[in-house]
Amino acid sequence: MIAALAFYLFAAILIASAVMVVTARNPVHSVLFLILAFFNAAALFLIAGAEFLAMILVIVYVGAVAVLFLFVVMMLDIDFARLREGFQRYAPIGAIIGGILFLELLLVLSGWSFADQADDLRLSPNPGASVTNAAALGRILYTDYVYLFQLAGLILLVAMIGAIVLTHRERAGTKRQDIAVQVARSGSVVLEEVPVGAGIKALGIRRPPEPEAEPPKVTHDAHHGGHH
Amino acid sequence: MGGITEMTIGLAHYLTVSAILLVLGIFGIFLNRKNVIVILMSVELILLSVNLNFVAFSAFLDDLAGQVFAMFVLTVAAAEAAIGLAIVVIYFRNRGSIEVEDISTLKG
Repeated sequence: MIAALAFYLFAAILIASAVMVVTARNPVHSVLFLILAFFNAAALFLIAGAEFLAMILVIVYVGAVAVLFLFVVMMLDIDFARLREGFQRYAPIGAIIGGILFLELLLVLSGWSFADQADDLRLSPNPGASVTNAAALGRILYTDYVYLFQLAGLILLVAMIGAIVLTHRERAGTKRQDIAVQVARSGSVVLEEVPVGAGIKALGIRRPPEPEAEPPKVTHDAHHGGHH
Repeated sequence: MGGITEMTIGLAHYLTVSAILLVLGIFGIFLNRKNVIVILMSVELILLSVNLNFVAFSAFLDDLAGQVFAMFVLTVAAAEAAIGLAIVVIYFRNRGSIEVEDISTLKG
């Protein structure tokens, strides 16, 4: 009874916030409603018994993806009023296609039932209440589905490298550490014996001689960076 | 499996919520044709509805494979959001706008 009421409450908030995500005037509000939708979806996961996925949803989606959206929306200086110009024009066709799709889904849903052999075809049956959801998932994730797990890690690695490569840019005028030049400098550093206790007043400020080969390399680098 | 009493939450409830969520995501893509960030958010909604389906079937069939696959979908969604937003950022840096309808440089 209480689970049913909780389901209806969370489902209603989930759908309402999804409506707000697609219709909100301000994309910042869209992102905030997306976060609310994720929280309520996590609650629905909890009611279904998928505790680990619910927590993953809160941590990964709310903690990382939605905040990423928030950063991008706030970072880019976008004229949002102009972006909403086609709003009225596309609403009818979107509503028609959405309505058709929803009716088709309802038709499928109403005329569908589990096969008789569905229980025998299970790939990894739930071990039951003696094992927590996270432990049961871990048991199969690192054994039966280890390739899937590794593939997920590979996808995240590729996404990380891709995002860095895409957004990274060489700025003109930044100073970088050039290890090869530093190593090659060894001959220009002269060790000399300085009398103990003598200050700058007695010795003067001492600097090593400037290397000659440096200026052309720097201009080449700057040209290279500017070309990009 | 569910549907024993009137108030029990069955698979159909979850599938209906998920269908509504999917339709809302697709409606959002049509509605915000110009704003690629909201389109990405709509795609996230669609993937969330897919996850809801996976979890519901997993729960009502007592099969954990669905939850493993939902985790995989979550991974792909996170990667997609990261790459998509990176593309949005560099597009905005180059063009000063994120209007999707203008994007025809590739002549796809």
